[in-house]
Amino acid sequence: MRVVVGLALGFVGAVAFGIAIRYYRIFGLLTLPTVTLLTPISPVAWLPIAIFVFGIGDVPAIFLVFISVFFVIVLSTLSQIDNVPASYIHVARIMGATKHQLFRHVILPTVLPGLFVTLRLNLFAAWMVVLIAEAVGVGSGLGQIVMMARNTFNSSLVFFTMTLIGLLGYAFDRALLTVQNKVLWWVGPAATGGR
Amino acid sequence: MKPRITVNKVRKVWNADTPKATTAIDGLSFDVAPGEFVVLLGPSGCGKSSLLFMVAGLETQTEGELLCDGMPITGPDTERGMIFQEASLFPWLTIAENVTFGLKLRGEFPEKRDRVAQDLLMKVGLADAGHKRPDELSGGMRQRAALARALAMQPKVLMMDEPFAALDIQTRAKMQDHLLQIWRVSGASVLMVTHSIEEAVALADRIVVWTSRPGRVKEIVSVDLPRPRKPRDPAFIELQRRLGDLLADEVDRAFREMEAAV
Repeated sequence: MRVVVGLALGFVGAVAFGIAIRYYRIFGLLTLPTVTLLTPISPVAWLPIAIFVFGIGDVPAIFLVFISVFFVIVLSTLSQIDNVPASYIHVARIMGATKHQLFRHVILPTVLPGLFVTLRLNLFAAWMVVLIAEAVGVGSGLGQIVMMARNTFNSSLVFFTMTLIGLLGYAFDRALLTVQNKVLWWVGPAATGGR
Repeated sequence: MKPRITVNKVRKVWNADTPKATTAIDGLSFDVAPGEFVVLLGPSGCGKSSLLFMVAGLETQTEGELLCDGMPITGPDTERGMIFQEASLFPWLTIAENVTFGLKLRGEFPEKRDRVAQDLLMKVGLADAGHKRPDELSGGMRQRAALARALAMQPKVLMMDEPFAALDIQTRAKMQDHLLQIWRVSGASVLMVTHSIEEAVALADRIVVWTSRPGRVKEIVSVDLPRPRKPRDPAFIELQRRLGDLLADEVDRAFREMEAAV
């Protein structure tokens, strides 16, 4: 649940943010340096901040997932937008598209497939971050169980939980793939990093 | 008759005010009458495509005037349609949706869009392909869909940037027939760029032969042969030969300059 909410927020927020950077030049000039500065900071480094801002509970975990995908997807959105084929933009402009229509009807559908690949690649990173967050301070969840098992030398519980984590991660990836195939029906599997 | 498109002493410099400045077009003048089929023929890199982009309103000229119906061209307009070498249909839309993309932007109702799509796809011989996706069609079919998409806006001028260059010879000949039929019915002026002398002679009312860079008008050749034109007709061959001679000088010059620059 934490991963899903965090991913969804991160994805939507980041794509909107990225598009805004290219849509409003001033907004881009103001925020882009900050984004570039914050991107290399490991999500784990945000953990203490997450806990002392949001306390113990679900929110810091969601926040960490959000952080771990947000900046990457913002940057990916920018590079995807810059790589939209010039002919698409020419066609739209000749058809009389306004700037708003150009972004909504041409640029957004062109960049979404590539962004989904980025999202899937970062899913695993987000998944790991959540486990660390749980192990350190959220107070519940699989990460907490692994830590507890470690502290009580219960090796079979450790292995069991690790298996569970692997399986859940796999299931998540499949689920995301299904969503992708439903929403982005026009892209074949080859263009989106395989099955 | 008043010209539809006027190109008057147009000059285009790429990367102006930098050390890399190159003059693509210099002092180019000609015009296109309403309903006329004009082909631009010249060595590659002489700025033919640049001119099309300027007439389309996607680029601006450095100097000179570009007029459409006597009004300066300031930006893209739906009355000036354009077709590119690649069909560049949007892969997330069906063929019919691609064809009516411009109507949708304009806010036309779905019923009207369906009707227009049906009608145009019939005209370009793709009546059954409306619900298909672009990647299910062959190159020639995609290019016909792009033609239908441009026609949907009922343009007064149709610009084509080597529209058939990526197609094989048989498909090309077919496409030329299609194009002539559609052009005759639509009444639009056509401004087409090509490398192929044969294509130019087969299609054009007038052929504007360009010099190599910087592009200027070398000669304007009227083609008075009756349509349909037969490539084996002696007059056809004679004209082809004459254009070939005109171009050969320019191509030689372009090569010499390129080699000198290396």
